[in-house]
Amino acid sequence: MKILVCISHVPDTTSKINFTEGDTKFDTAGVQFVINPNDEFGLTRAMWFKEKQGASVDVVNVGGPETEPTLRKALAIGADTAIRINTPALDGYQVAKEIAKVVQDEGYDLVIAGRESIDYNGGMVPGMLAGLIDANFVNTCISLDIDGTTVTATREIDGGKETVATSLPLVIGGQKGLVEESDLRIPNMRGIMMARKKPLNVVEATGATTETVSASFEKPAPKGAVKLVDSVDELIDLLHNEAKAI
Amino acid sequence: MSVLVYTESENGDFKKTAFEVASYAKGIADMMGTSVTAVAVNGGDASALGNYGVEKVLNIKNDSLTAFNAAAYAKSIAQAAKAEDAKVVVVSQSANAKYLAPLLSIELEAGYASNVVALPESVAPFKVKRTAFTNKAFNNTEITTAIKIVGLGKNAYGLKESTGAATTEEFNPEVGDLGVTVQSVDKATDKVSIADAEVVVSAGRGLKGPENWGMIEEMADILGAATACSKPVSDLGWRPHGEHVGQTGKPVAANLYIAIGISGAIQHLAGINASKIKVVINNDPEAPFFKAADYGMVGDAFEIVPQLNEKLKAFKAANN
Repeated sequence: MKILVCISHVPDTTSKINFTEGDTKFDTAGVQFVINPNDEFGLTRAMWFKEKQGASVDVVNVGGPETEPTLRKALAIGADTAIRINTPALDGYQVAKEIAKVVQDEGYDLVIAGRESIDYNGGMVPGMLAGLIDANFVNTCISLDIDGTTVTATREIDGGKETVATSLPLVIGGQKGLVEESDLRIPNMRGIMMARKKPLNVVEATGATTETVSASFEKPAPKGAVKLVDSVDELIDLLHNEAKAI
Repeated sequence: MSVLVYTESENGDFKKTAFEVASYAKGIADMMGTSVTAVAVNGGDASALGNYGVEKVLNIKNDSLTAFNAAAYAKSIAQAAKAEDAKVVVVSQSANAKYLAPLLSIELEAGYASNVVALPESVAPFKVKRTAFTNKAFNNTEITTAIKIVGLGKNAYGLKESTGAATTEEFNPEVGDLGVTVQSVDKATDKVSIADAEVVVSAGRGLKGPENWGMIEEMADILGAATACSKPVSDLGWRPHGEHVGQTGKPVAANLYIAIGISGAIQHLAGINASKIKVVINNDPEAPFFKAADYGMVGDAFEIVPQLNEKLKAFKAANN
């Protein structure tokens, strides 16, 4: 089985969010970038398939050279090959279209992407990719088992979960639950040394167009100070009469 | 030309999100000088949609679509959009709508903006405001394709009643190969889900152990709320992963979010920022959550919560 894991290069979850150039660009100054957490669960599950079922695992990212340390981390975790599609990621459609070309050229059986990235939260790349390559698609996937080309997956739904049957080729929108957080891998020194020798192939983009344009950013209005209360009676009164919340 | 809205139902009953997206679609239709058509899959009595601005309902009656199927639903909605010459399609941000919207986008070659929080700033160009960076910022996005898909964030627009009546027509799209089939559904039917909840009662490590969640569930029962938890609590296995709220868990856009014994890590706060009123109960006056809260009580949860439950019960009895 050939597996491709989509890796989004995102600000660390604790990053302060600021903008520059008239609030049109994300301010990367002092920001640590990491593998998108939802993708990290997918990468770890892919490594399980590699080790238990003999799959090959490649990782892909759409972005400039600045994303290479993130791809190297994925190699250090155990991916075989990294592919960087050399163009800035502009919107979900353009990213999906660029990855679709790689999937079609290389013939992957399974593509795992995070259900969404933690920067733009679009939640559209895995679904759009599945639509573009005409593969089956399971979103918000929290469990995945594959026997030959037969797939059993569990996905989170509002208020519960649902188990589905499907087949390869398949695209997964994965998240926490695909593996336990305690099973996530931290690159060790041997992995980091080996990653240096693994191929990181830079592929020129097809020049896919976008469907949306990010015009500007804004931050939420500053919040007033908390109202501290001493009694539950006062709290209920405020929630009822002031906040109109109960 | 029309604005098309996908109205979700469960066992034939339209969900609250159906009325919310219909209200929003009516707002866009008014800006564009057009009308709203709803597409429903195995929906029941559609007359209530008329109260929220829908003029026509295309009802798809198809036994093969009894269980949700993202690809088949997307294909069906796409055919409805083409039949109605829809320039804008509005969907909710339920788990199912988020699942089908990107597939619909490919079917219609339509740009998609998710997590939208307000009516468009303008419809030509079509500019919407959406949340980004897990609610730590907003992104103003222009959709440049001929057809636009808008994913309306939960509780972002509210219900807006309007006078009118909806006519219902049967619609029979080609659904194609299902590709993915549902084998089993495990859903707690007697509990409010986080996605549907107006009120969420959430607790953290301050509760010391899973055996102490009885008082949290009691408060949720009294308020008709969903229960939720912080990440360490789900990591410790005290509560199911589906209750984990935060950056890698579920986002919550409730009207009221009550956080008990949660200190307020930045990832947790990112997940609840879209909620309107936040109440924090914590014994540490320095807990960062107080900075994000509207109302706070400093004190021992094991003393405050039982008292609050009793008073809330009395309040509910007096006000219902």
